[in-house]
Amino acid sequence: MTDTAQTETGALQVLTFDLQGETFALPALAVREVLDVLPETAVPGAAPFVDAVINFRGRVIPLTDLRLAFGLERGPVTIDSRIVVIEHTLNGDPTLIGLRADKVHEVTTIERADTEDAPRVGLRWRADFIRCLAKRGADLIVVPDLDQIFATRGGATGAVIPFTPS
Amino acid sequence: MSDADPVEIFRQEAQELLETIEQGLLDLAHRPGDRDLVDAVFRGLHTLKGSGAMFGFDALAAFTHHCETAFDRVRKGEVPASAELVSAVLNAQDHMRALAEGREASESAGQALLEALQRAVDGAAPQAAAPAAPATPAGPAMTTWKVRFSLPADALANGTRPLPLLDELRELGDCAVATITDNVPALAALNPTECHLGWEVILTTSHPRDAIEDVFIFVIDDMTLEIEALETGAPPEVEAEAEAGAEIVQASAPVLVAETRGEPSTEAKAGRGGDTVRVPAERLDELMDRVGELVIAQSRLTQVAAAATDTSLRDVAEEIERLAAELRDTMMVVRMVPIAQLFGRFRRLIHDLARDTGKTIELSTEGETTELDKTVIERLADPLVHLIRNAADHGLETPADRLAAGKPATGHVTLAARQAGAEVIITITDDGRGVDRARVRAKAEDNGLIAAGAVLSDNELLQLIFAPGFSTADAITSLSGRGVGMDVVKRTIEGLRGSIEMTSEPGKGSQIALRIPLTLAIIDGLMVRVGDGRYVIPLAAVEECVELTPQQDIRSTGRSLITLRDQLVPFIRLRDLFRTGQAPDPHQKVVVVSTGHERVGLVVDQILGDHQTVIKSLSPFHADVEVFSGATILGDGGVALILDVSHLVSAGQRQDAQLRAVG
Repeated sequence: MTDTAQTETGALQVLTFDLQGETFALPALAVREVLDVLPETAVPGAAPFVDAVINFRGRVIPLTDLRLAFGLERGPVTIDSRIVVIEHTLNGDPTLIGLRADKVHEVTTIERADTEDAPRVGLRWRADFIRCLAKRGADLIVVPDLDQIFATRGGATGAVIPFTPS
Repeated sequence: MSDADPVEIFRQEAQELLETIEQGLLDLAHRPGDRDLVDAVFRGLHTLKGSGAMFGFDALAAFTHHCETAFDRVRKGEVPASAELVSAVLNAQDHMRALAEGREASESAGQALLEALQRAVDGAAPQAAAPAAPATPAGPAMTTWKVRFSLPADALANGTRPLPLLDELRELGDCAVATITDNVPALAALNPTECHLGWEVILTTSHPRDAIEDVFIFVIDDMTLEIEALETGAPPEVEAEAEAGAEIVQASAPVLVAETRGEPSTEAKAGRGGDTVRVPAERLDELMDRVGELVIAQSRLTQVAAAATDTSLRDVAEEIERLAAELRDTMMVVRMVPIAQLFGRFRRLIHDLARDTGKTIELSTEGETTELDKTVIERLADPLVHLIRNAADHGLETPADRLAAGKPATGHVTLAARQAGAEVIITITDDGRGVDRARVRAKAEDNGLIAAGAVLSDNELLQLIFAPGFSTADAITSLSGRGVGMDVVKRTIEGLRGSIEMTSEPGKGSQIALRIPLTLAIIDGLMVRVGDGRYVIPLAAVEECVELTPQQDIRSTGRSLITLRDQLVPFIRLRDLFRTGQAPDPHQKVVVVSTGHERVGLVVDQILGDHQTVIKSLSPFHADVEVFSGATILGDGGVALILDVSHLVSAGQRQDAQLRAVG
């Protein structure tokens, strides 16, 4: 998330997608594939942000839900729902990670000049989860800081089920 | 990386040679008179020197040359293989390793090592029998030998060069060389890459027959060699030498015609790699991945075929199933290496430990032929080093203390491996003082690992040793005592899906047992259903499956225990653990799993059957979910999570202990 995704002109190639009506963007270079919704396998005891795994071409990869990191509702699966598979470095290893998306738009370019840092106040989301905000016409595109989000498991606080005798 | 890089190949070869040399030296320390060992070490040094020079490792070749010269004297019986000498060569061998790996090695250090070696040789020489002094002109009389040899036709293609052989013969004494051209075919039939020449050498030398044979030591397996004494000055000696060399050549005295063909000496064969193929480990891993994917695809095919009515499809599916299973088994075997490879390294460690601690330590190993997955073996090396160090440093007493305690002065460390089901159990046993429970407790309380006066079982107390930041050594030695070792050991073993058990008897010694799964890649699993989720239990851990009768179900709601053949077994309702939030099936089953001596029952909704489980690791996101050790992909493309039995068993035992404590 990274400067490799930036061209010399300072433009950022991104994939844009919707989460509960808000538009988000991820560097296009990190995106591996956009999948239709697959059967998921729940991982009991995992943080809600990453509560399932999927079979991505013979690999078992975690499925994360950015909606939870941004305090959004987890909506029902629709005909537009997709899974965006990205490659991200976790603990030093490149790891494939699936992200739930309500709708995927397009690969587009964000000009550096159109972006600004997340304001410290007046934002309903954690500022450290946002890498920058970009304006496109009347719309606001959120570029999330995945490093920060993944490191904190989407801001989850110990959702691991403690082992208690029944 | 590239397997075509000759330097890299040399490094690997050098690594193996050095290991052979080291093993030989360590054996020599115990059996100083063993000629085979001396020869093996010499051969190793000789090859190392030769191939080192060939690949441009000149410093290594030059250095090794000196060691070889020193060892040559041992071989000739001029110098006994004294402890100092063995030690000196061992040290020198470390230097060679550094040179071979291309690390910075200081010239002066090498010089110092050589001087030490020289001293060891000189120190040992006077004790050697006086008659063995062939270096002096007054030694045994000159003997004239007729040496006839010819090489196999493909010798040149294989890299054997006759000229250096002749040069070496020349170094032994006066030589007259004649070429035997009897076998050279007509020009039309001559293949210039084949060797049809033979040589006859009349050699007058003070060296014994052995020395001549040694010239051919690396080619003797395939060549024809005749050595004949024309006139001898000291016949009795020749007889004796011939006998000593009898293992290498079949000598028929007094004519002394030796012909070695076929029947290769296994040692020489192994030294040159025989017909094994070197394959980079990552290619094996890749192959393993492919096999894993094949197994998954195959189980899908089987499912599809089972649903279809087409019998020919079913036939093919069965055929593929059989082939895939065989391929998988073969692949497993390919990746298996005997644990001897790993155990061999520790002899040196014990040697050094004994020197550093001033204790007399003997290491015995058992079950070295036990085989384990290559990756597992590699990852076991560090933990075992820690455990052995600990046994030698903390476990064993000084010779004086041992004698005072009525034990033999020499401490024993035993390293044993055996296979039990789908696990390999490696034990490290010492006959030292055993674990001082009071000190462990005091230390743990000091370090805040446990509350003062906490009630712990003996096993729990011993497990504290593996907690992070725990160390009982009062004085920090260079060997151990920094408290970083044992928790690393535990982490590594758990990373291998293994477990550690420790037993200890005060005054008698301690034993640490590591239980390691045979492989990290594929296991046989029992697939079960809990709610809507499918889970895999490693079949090796499953003892039995029983039905949870409604009576038991009701009776056990307070206490999660069932009676199994007069034994109470705690059980865990996976449905509760996983919070499925649904009503259980009417006929729940209990899968009883165990890790050695502890058992726990897992209540599931349905048992689906056995499943070839290709283990996929979970991402770091799920590392904190301890109940699962991995995941696998099912025939229908879904994912099932693999239960971590050792975690569940200890959780079950804890739950049981809590319930008992409550009453």
